[in-house]
Amino acid sequence: MASDTGTPDHTARTGPAPASVSDDAATRGGPMVRFDKVVKRFGQHVVLRELSFDVASGERVTLIGPSGSGKTTILRMLMTLEECNGGTIEVDGDYLTHMRKGERLVTADEKHVRQVRRKIGMVFQQFNLFPNMRVLRNVIEAPVHVLGLSKDEAEDRGRRLLEMVGLSDKLEAYPSHLSGGQQQRVAIARALAMQPKVLLLDEVTSALDPELVAEVLNVLRDVANTTDITMLIVTHEMHFARDVSQKVMMFDQGQIAEQGPPEAIFSDPQQERTRAFLHAVLDER
Amino acid sequence: MTFDWGYAFSQVPKLLEGLRITVEATLLGSVLAMALGLVFALLRRSRFRVVSRGTKAFVEFVRSTPLLVQLFFLYYTLPNYGFKTSAFITGVIGLGVHFATYTSEVYRAGIEGVPTGQWEAATALSLPYHRVWTSVILPQAIPRVLPALGNYVISMFKEVPLLSAITVVGLLGEAKELGSHSFKYLELYTFVGILFLVVSLPASFLVRRLERRFGQ
Repeated sequence: MASDTGTPDHTARTGPAPASVSDDAATRGGPMVRFDKVVKRFGQHVVLRELSFDVASGERVTLIGPSGSGKTTILRMLMTLEECNGGTIEVDGDYLTHMRKGERLVTADEKHVRQVRRKIGMVFQQFNLFPNMRVLRNVIEAPVHVLGLSKDEAEDRGRRLLEMVGLSDKLEAYPSHLSGGQQQRVAIARALAMQPKVLLLDEVTSALDPELVAEVLNVLRDVANTTDITMLIVTHEMHFARDVSQKVMMFDQGQIAEQGPPEAIFSDPQQERTRAFLHAVLDER
Repeated sequence: MTFDWGYAFSQVPKLLEGLRITVEATLLGSVLAMALGLVFALLRRSRFRVVSRGTKAFVEFVRSTPLLVQLFFLYYTLPNYGFKTSAFITGVIGLGVHFATYTSEVYRAGIEGVPTGQWEAATALSLPYHRVWTSVILPQAIPRVLPALGNYVISMFKEVPLLSAITVVGLLGEAKELGSHSFKYLELYTFVGILFLVVSLPASFLVRRLERRFGQ
């Protein structure tokens, strides 16, 4: 564990703070997530060019925008599922893909990445539960083998979380026997069992049948209301975005086209691109 | 020429003794092939190029040369380097290493068949490397390749007679020896064939059941 981040109770919610201009990444009270001139290329194609933004501790940010605008890439880079081709990413005051070596900033080694990454949890569009494990085992696998919890402690925690997502009766079921909505709720419990400081939600309802979307969103509303986990949300569920997030960032071609509180973005977008996008998305239903 | 049934049946106990050795060689060889094949498959994925390339070269080399040559090589050269062991064990090592190069490809396909999302979920949970393999990837990869592995066990069983070239007397060797006294080769080799069939048919049936059970 990182030296001073082990406390389970998160700092009080700070709301959408103005971007901190502190030079020192290690200053506490700084942003929970900071992208600084981040570049991402896939071959010739530049997805993100020198993207910079901050997410405050406890803040819930929804990333919207047309597909290919880089939203999912941002989450995947935070989860270290995609390489960073330039710039730096900080999480809770630590560099994610870099580390300090004296005065210089060098590419982080495996151990450093693991340590910082542990503060981040992710829920995927396709759930990605481990099909060879029963539900409870899915949830306790990482707490036991990464956090070093005893099996009893981990199972206690797992049961509590699975109760919270309404699946107390499915502890011993295999994922393949669950509906998509149930699988996704297990996936949420699995991510929360690691007590992350940042939770990444990548189109978590996009693979679900329409009638199962609500049960998953309700669970996430609960999580938003009862914890102060920082959340980065990529979704097409605009009502949900409006309900839980304090900030909406509209992405277009790897740039932030517009950002602000959801009321402002949804009811009075300033940019034509935002208007066009919202029009298309909201028309759909 | 008549088929001497009486003689044929009278030799069955001796042939069965040979069959026992053939089956033992197969089972031990299979255990080695499955373990070593998995090791090869994992080494081929190593981040260190020397290791992955070296393993690939070795696997390709063994796959492209005849088992009989390898058996002779092991049998006649190993003792020169202080590795003295019975012909039977040498044969088992030969079979095991040779078939490990096939099973490593099977494992490789199985590992590549595990969806990327599983790796990503494991990364998102920061599971330690060894844990990703032992609790996520292999438990999903191995069941689907069990039928293919089973087929290689049957193939190996049918290759064991090659071991007679390095003096391991299995089912075939036994028959040859009996025949050199009685000259009743028709009876002996017919029964050799039947005994091979008696083992491989139920084994094939088992593999087909595995296939049905684990799909694909």
